[in-house]
Amino acid sequence: MEWANQLCENRQFGSKMTDSKYFTTTKKGEIFELKAELNSDKKEKKKEAVKKVIASMTVGKDVSALFPDVVNCMQTDNLELKKLVYLYLMNYAKSQPDMAIMAVNTFVKDCEDANPLIRALAVRTMGCIRVDKITEYLCEPLRKCLKDEDPYVRKTAAVCVAKLHDINAQLVEDQGFLDTLKDLISDSNPMVVANAVAALSEIAESHPNSNLLDLNPQSINKLLTALNECTEWGQIFILDCLANYTPRDDRESQSICERVTPRLSHANSAVVLSAVKVLMKFMEMLPKDLDYYSTLLKKLAPPLVTLLSAEPELQYVALRNINLIVQKRPEILKHEMKVFFVKYNDPIYVKLEKLDIMIRLASQANIAQVLAELKEYATEVDVDFVRKAVRAIGRCAIKVEQSAERCVSTLLDLIQTKVNYVVQEAIVVIKDIFRKYPNKYESVIATLCENLDSLDEPEARAAMIWIVGEYAERIDNADELLESFLEGFHDESTQVQLQLLTAIVKLFLKKPTETQELVQQVLSLATQDSDNPDLRDRGYIYWRLLSTDPVAAKEVVLAEKPLISEETDLIEPTLLEELICHIGTLASVYHKPPSAFVEGSRGVMHKRLPARTGSGESTESPDVGAAGGSAPEAAPSIIPSQGDLLGDLLNLDMAPPTTSGPPPPSTGMQMGGMDLLGGGLDSLMGDESEPLGGDIGGSPAMGAGFGAAPAVMPASLNAPVGGGLGDLFDLGGVGMPMGAYIPPKIVWLPAMKAKGLEISGTFARRAGVIQMELILTNKAMSVMTDFAIQFNRNSFGLAPAGPLQVLTPLGPNQTIEVSLPLSTVGPVMKMDPLNNLQVAVKNNIDVFYFSCQYPISMLFVEDGKMERQVFLATWKDIPNDNESQFQIKDCHLNSDAASSKLQGSNIFTIAKRTVEGQDMLYMSIKLSNGIWVLAELRVQAGNPNYTISLKCRAPEVSQCVFQCYEAVLKN
Amino acid sequence: MINSLFLINPSGEIFLEKHWKSVVSRSVCDYFLEAKEKALEPEDVPPVIHTPHHYLISIYRDKLFFLSVIQTEVPPLFVIEFLHRVAEMIQDYFGECSETVVKDHMVMVYELLEEMLDNGFPLATESNVLKEMIRPPTILRSVVNTLTGTSNVGDTLPTGQPSTIPWRRAGVRYTNNEAYFDVVEEIDAILDQSGTTVFAEIQGVVEACVKLSGMPDLTLSFMNPRLLDDVSFHPCVRYKLWESERVLSFIPPDGNFTLMTYHVNAQNLVAIPVYVKQSISFFECGSDGRLDVTVGPKQTMGKTVEGVMVTVHLPKTILSINLTATQGSYTYDNGTKLLVWDIGKLNPQKLPNLRGSLSLQAGAPKPEENPSLNIDLNIQQLAISGLKVNRLDMFGEKYKPFKGVKYITKAGKFQVRT
Repeated sequence: MEWANQLCENRQFGSKMTDSKYFTTTKKGEIFELKAELNSDKKEKKKEAVKKVIASMTVGKDVSALFPDVVNCMQTDNLELKKLVYLYLMNYAKSQPDMAIMAVNTFVKDCEDANPLIRALAVRTMGCIRVDKITEYLCEPLRKCLKDEDPYVRKTAAVCVAKLHDINAQLVEDQGFLDTLKDLISDSNPMVVANAVAALSEIAESHPNSNLLDLNPQSINKLLTALNECTEWGQIFILDCLANYTPRDDRESQSICERVTPRLSHANSAVVLSAVKVLMKFMEMLPKDLDYYSTLLKKLAPPLVTLLSAEPELQYVALRNINLIVQKRPEILKHEMKVFFVKYNDPIYVKLEKLDIMIRLASQANIAQVLAELKEYATEVDVDFVRKAVRAIGRCAIKVEQSAERCVSTLLDLIQTKVNYVVQEAIVVIKDIFRKYPNKYESVIATLCENLDSLDEPEARAAMIWIVGEYAERIDNADELLESFLEGFHDESTQVQLQLLTAIVKLFLKKPTETQELVQQVLSLATQDSDNPDLRDRGYIYWRLLSTDPVAAKEVVLAEKPLISEETDLIEPTLLEELICHIGTLASVYHKPPSAFVEGSRGVMHKRLPARTGSGESTESPDVGAAGGSAPEAAPSIIPSQGDLLGDLLNLDMAPPTTSGPPPPSTGMQMGGMDLLGGGLDSLMGDESEPLGGDIGGSPAMGAGFGAAPAVMPASLNAPVGGGLGDLFDLGGVGMPMGAYIPPKIVWLPAMKAKGLEISGTFARRAGVIQMELILTNKAMSVMTDFAIQFNRNSFGLAPAGPLQVLTPLGPNQTIEVSLPLSTVGPVMKMDPLNNLQVAVKNNIDVFYFSCQYPISMLFVEDGKMERQVFLATWKDIPNDNESQFQIKDCHLNSDAASSKLQGSNIFTIAKRTVEGQDMLYMSIKLSNGIWVLAELRVQAGNPNYTISLKCRAPEVSQCVFQCYEAVLKN
Repeated sequence: MINSLFLINPSGEIFLEKHWKSVVSRSVCDYFLEAKEKALEPEDVPPVIHTPHHYLISIYRDKLFFLSVIQTEVPPLFVIEFLHRVAEMIQDYFGECSETVVKDHMVMVYELLEEMLDNGFPLATESNVLKEMIRPPTILRSVVNTLTGTSNVGDTLPTGQPSTIPWRRAGVRYTNNEAYFDVVEEIDAILDQSGTTVFAEIQGVVEACVKLSGMPDLTLSFMNPRLLDDVSFHPCVRYKLWESERVLSFIPPDGNFTLMTYHVNAQNLVAIPVYVKQSISFFECGSDGRLDVTVGPKQTMGKTVEGVMVTVHLPKTILSINLTATQGSYTYDNGTKLLVWDIGKLNPQKLPNLRGSLSLQAGAPKPEENPSLNIDLNIQQLAISGLKVNRLDMFGEKYKPFKGVKYITKAGKFQVRT
């Protein structure tokens, strides 16, 4: 319980600073001396003392005990001393809110000072003091400073609004600061404009619905004017803001591009990349036959090349972005291959990125050069780099058909070096070359077989075995080779085992007479001696096939395989489009959409490239729009306001999903049968693609089969198993959990509002699956049919995982209970309240809308138990601002009972500690979108009122989580 | 925006932290230190690291790690550029960027960082502006300050700050008005074993030192501006005039600044000033090898090549070396296997040569990798691209300034494969 003690101590430390705590970090005498010096009459001595205090602070020593003495030095006309005291205040005011109030008067006075520097400094510092009481006093001075005559003060005040919003968003809205900030976009001073844009962008990030940056041609014009005159940093803010705009037509688009192009020559690489983003996006709207379009394309290459001569860290980010750009528009850099050649002293992270882009740019025209380079790299020192270089040669062979032969001979040269890891990588890629060009390069098999013994990595072994099995008829001693692998069957990795099984079956089908014994041996190893279910299943399927219908077996196992596709690791087009809109951001570095990793329940807008305008152009770029898959989204930068939501719902496609979704869950028996058939065959047909390289796409049918199987599984577990999965999770000796809390059903849609259809329901989480449980009652006189359901975008991406199963018509006065499994992978938009869900239900009569609220506990996932150490670190790591405290009244459970009750709803107790009759329970919760909530529950014996403290990176969820606690504990 | 900054020394010790929003515990650096442990060289630590709740963006510069913590989606280049500015600021203020210097001026660095960012947004990053807010230390001033009690912090708003030319302060006065420009070109090249150019480009930079009174408006023109493939300018340069007339027109900042950087990568234009004849070979049997390197001048446009230096990372299995140089001297560090041959001036009549034997550790196999040679050199009074300044005109002020242009060519990443 050492860590819990530590935690407890830390918490006290945060609220009540004691001297004893302090003296563990600084010597007692030192503090004493400083105190005396701070109270000295001599100005110079005072200043030196404050400097010493700051120096201790910067190295992480705790000098908060000197708070009153330092604050006393604040009233001074010496600016340096004032600034130093402010620095101190910003750091410690939070821990001493009552004392910090002492400083307010000076701040307010300074905001009226004749010197603009002092005014700005005061408003800036005040905004950094995150104490509620201080922020109340901040409003009036801030309002004045936003309208100050001096632009320096105005620009500082603009940033202060963003600070205040971070502390108290409601206050900022109530006081009308957002409107003032919007007005500053039209300010005469470009620096003020830039800061206003920066502040609004930051606020908008946590406020997706607020329509803060309302961009129209007029405001765009103002931004473009400011762009030319503001600082480099301001230019970045403005360019990033411009990128969210969707021009009305190609002409506007062109005029913006023309005004942004000069930024490509800026010395600051972040400005350049933000400009590239704007151009890449708006270019999409220009007709391709326009002269300007090709001019623009030419202008993009040189600045991108120049980015590569900057510092390595900058190069890295640039390269990650160039990787996206060459996928979207390869023509821009197609002549610049050489700048991506790897230099000997590039850091490894730059080398690997360059290599990736070289392959993307490889074409028939430059393949000779590229191959010569790759061969050079294969003799470098760094093992990771060498491996990737060898792989790159294989990818070139697959990409540029004319070069395949040369690539193969280069690989053979490399195999001759006998460097172990080079040989293994070479064999892995040669296998891919065989798959792309069957019956062309088999003459090299003999050379490969010579190296059989040196292969010790599973991937290389599996590749070699695949080659032997695939070409068994041409390899005289194929049986001997495979037999040699079979000896250590149980020591091999699964990948190799599966491959060996398939290869021997292939061999048997090709040369049945000599290999009967071998195949029996491997089948028995796979089915009887192995505890790997995949291996066993595959073994049984082969066995059954071979014993019932060898001809069919031959057709299946030796079927002609689809050729592997040209480029194996292209980013999927919709994602690529979104990422192009995010050039220069973290998303572009990770090649993931922001929604995948930006923390919190912020409604992340999916950005899309604008569609090309002008006639006949829309068909030319099929990847725009059509690739969306689901219902078309609204224009990228327009955030739907509340009024639009209804329209949004109306546009939803109400037809029951056809092939794209998982099949409807019918009875369990049927499901099982289907799964067996589908899955088995698939694994048989797809057995080459799976272990040999996850990135190789199989035939479409195969893909669909694979995709469907897992989605069906959870749905067939519908029966209330009562947290069967939950049992598996360690309880830390707290007792058995009870089932998850399910709120009682309530009426969501009264009959009178829906032409006789009444819907009531609730939500439940059963065995890890979120269910919406509905009761539909027909109170009308006619029969209802054709039911379907859709959700609007919501905070956690809840969406139906299948169609609404009302199979028989619903007669008058009939009632049916349906449960609808939900997934959490739908589109996300922050709702207010957070757990609000807008639903549309259709039947043969009409479409009806209602909204309901789900208990957030449904989203608590089963693996929400945090490691203790992680918990401790996370708790410390989350700023105290994000902590909220609640009271749960009239709860008569003891702490153990509470703990096990909560566990049923996936609220996991990590540790318990008892101090003076008070039990402290530390708990963790993980939401389906990966957000963690940490909790401390305090239970005093005999006191029915609990106190709960919640800490979370996304403090918005705290209220909902608290409601769940209350609901779970009281039911 | 940028939440916090940590300065970390090569042994992983945090010696300065600054927070611009709420305080982030320094334990967040553990993720970075973990990545640092994994990397072979400090240069190899990935610049962007993802932790459960933060992003860590770092640069490695002057043997220090500058690590920033961010919490929201921020352009990483923005952060990296800013971190480099911090390093440049320290260099600019204290003459060098090192742990000792920062520790000696802890409070001033802290004050400066506070001026540079507000709530994570850049506030003042121009050296001119910063120096008006917080004066750099000089020995004289610190003596005077202690005697008179005056401070290092300016108490008026920097004059350039809210205007449209934030890079220049008003009221500059000099008795000697002078404007000097250095055209510095670096050759980045990869030569293959046979001496053929695999890749070559020139990175050029025009550094300026302008000490002119008042508000001078300068125009700098080149003889052959179309040579340049890509240019990036200091914000003071009027881009429109460059687009239309290919001249640099600007109101300069006061003091030292980088006017422009440029790029020449048309293959045929890049002259390679030296050639290197080399052979590093190991015998199939036995544990010996030979090294033989000769450097000679190639396309030098009649100038002398100076400061020539050859650096080789020899394979790890080398036990010892025994070499003789006909010119200059060589050093060899057996720990890092780094061989440095300092040649000096290149004499076309008598080419420098370094040769001798390498011996491998007993039983070690023939090394697999081919070591690369890195070449250092410089040529005074020559811009290897052929770029020439035509003239410098000044408008807006009456006096006649001293003007000067200097050219120099250096080797950048100049690498010869073996």
